[in-house]
Amino acid sequence: MADAVAAAALILASSLRLSVPLIFACLAGLWSERAGIFDIGLEGKMLAAAFAAAAAADASGSAAVGLAAGIAASLAFALAHGFASIDARGNQIVSGAAVNMLAAGLTAAVGNAWYGQGGRTPQLTAPASRFGDIAWPGAEAVRAVPVLGPLYRDLVSGHDVLTYLALAAVPLTAFVLYRTRFGLRLRATGENPAAVDTAGVSVRGIRYAAVLIAGVLCGFAGTYLSVGQAAGFLTGMTAGKGFIALAALVFAKWRPWPALATCFLFGFLDAAAIRLQGTVLPGIGEVPVQAIQALPYLLTVVLLAGFIGRAVPPRAGGIPYTKER
Amino acid sequence: MATGRFAALLASASLLVSGAALAADIKPALIYDIGGKFDKSFNEGAFDGAEKFKKETGVSFRDFEIQNDAQREQAMRKFAKDGMTPIVAIGFSQASAMEKVAAEFPKTQFVIVDAVVDKPNVQSVLFKEGEGSFLVGLLAAKASKTGKIGFVGGMDIPLIHKFSCGYVQGAKYADPKVEVLQNMTGTTGAAWTDPVKGGELAKSQMDRGADVIYHAAGATGVGVLRAAADAGKLGIGVDSDQNGLFPGHVLTSMLKHVDVAVEDTFKAAKAGTWKPGILVLGLKEDGVSYAQDQYNKSLLTPDMLKAAKAAADDIESGKISVHDYMADNACPS
Repeated sequence: MADAVAAAALILASSLRLSVPLIFACLAGLWSERAGIFDIGLEGKMLAAAFAAAAAADASGSAAVGLAAGIAASLAFALAHGFASIDARGNQIVSGAAVNMLAAGLTAAVGNAWYGQGGRTPQLTAPASRFGDIAWPGAEAVRAVPVLGPLYRDLVSGHDVLTYLALAAVPLTAFVLYRTRFGLRLRATGENPAAVDTAGVSVRGIRYAAVLIAGVLCGFAGTYLSVGQAAGFLTGMTAGKGFIALAALVFAKWRPWPALATCFLFGFLDAAAIRLQGTVLPGIGEVPVQAIQALPYLLTVVLLAGFIGRAVPPRAGGIPYTKER
Repeated sequence: MATGRFAALLASASLLVSGAALAADIKPALIYDIGGKFDKSFNEGAFDGAEKFKKETGVSFRDFEIQNDAQREQAMRKFAKDGMTPIVAIGFSQASAMEKVAAEFPKTQFVIVDAVVDKPNVQSVLFKEGEGSFLVGLLAAKASKTGKIGFVGGMDIPLIHKFSCGYVQGAKYADPKVEVLQNMTGTTGAAWTDPVKGGELAKSQMDRGADVIYHAAGATGVGVLRAAADAGKLGIGVDSDQNGLFPGHVLTSMLKHVDVAVEDTFKAAKAGTWKPGILVLGLKEDGVSYAQDQYNKSLLTPDMLKAAKAAADDIESGKISVHDYMADNACPS
């Protein structure tokens, strides 16, 4: 029993680590799309942030500087996307795809030119250049306490600061979106921008604000990948996480709390796939690696097909707002 | 006296001329596998070997980094069309492309590392990874305090089982009671470039008690070594010397001398002694070994080194036979 709890705590902790970039990216998508700007460029913004963060952390030896650089890089891409889709009234999908391609190519090319390691940044070896794990008070002391001990030690304590920030970002998003004037206007901009405009509020301003918030959140996500979870940048290290976050967003029907739950579910499936490898199931024998690794995708398809019902995106999503015709 | 000097001059001049002519004759090319030139591992070894050849002979080479599978054949054909020879392709994934292209250019010399392509103009270079892994397995078992050690592989393919089998065999040879935890990263090419997942796999093994973890997973393995170093445990590198990546936390590295293989191939081609066929490099041929340098001096005790040396001698003399996974696609348990 105690062993099972300890194992469960470790799997959940691993799920949490794997879901952090998804949570940030999913919330970024939520902010942007709730204001009516589709954002398939989450992946590209994360990648750019991951590269900038790793490069800055390597040069400065400070993880905080890395985070600032990551956010700045992500913001630059967010602004480009914002300009293309708000002021230039371009196609948001095309602009998002452009962000993805530009980030993938630029990080590899610049990385190769700077470091000559095939697009990688050097490994971050100095402890201060990465976000270390924070041990909560008494984490070791309660170790012997049954059930709660391992849960507290492995699941609650011992993550880096970005993980806790990701968890804090969810209630914050929920509060601002549903309990403040700005949130109400932002949601209205995504549903009926003409009404917002009639009320004398700038649709352009709200949309830019939303896109920039998305940029900051993607900056956190990318920084977490290269400076928190790994120790350095690797070309294409986002590995489709931006798109998984988009799937999670649809899954959560563009709402913050369900978004957290979905991202955690995806993280959990990933973690379970890692830990289930090589286990022997009674009656079946050892489960092939391939089957275990297909599990998250299979479950995703099943869940998406059967359980979430109709997901309706914000009504004005993807449509550039034209003030007057 | 004067004539003697003149003759010597003439001789050296003719040497120079013939050297230049030869140098113009061989135009070596190198195609890396996914993971890229600077993966601190397998591909980088090939690059190092080619660079060494360039430094020694002044003959430059061309190389290409594969970004996706479709490029393999294109790159190979492009090099062959440009008259490059020998063309060295790194990695088992290049086999089918080489099979095709080698048939189209029968006069070009092709070399493939880690796979066998049966064509009259192809040399296939294989390594006995099992033997090198045996030795690092032995060292891992001796270094482990918990009696549990780990292995993280890249793709779930026979080549990687060669590593894991030898590792397990070596560990059990040193300590029959040792438990070896094994994980594979994935089933696609992405399994070689996912350090985050590598780190998670290593963490899961350490959570289960492993305190020495060996990886054979290309760039993914950097995540394995990092996770081990973060936790204050030991990692074991692969292919190239990775001891310096996390000094003091990498017990050793299983060296696969791709560098030597590439350099020798280029040299043989230059000297005109290149031969097609299958070349297998093991401990005896210095094709595999384990790394010792200033970074792991304090980690390897004299007792461990002695045991490894004895085992290496026994493998070379045939007293210990390291099982070859490829022979029957199974590991002895």
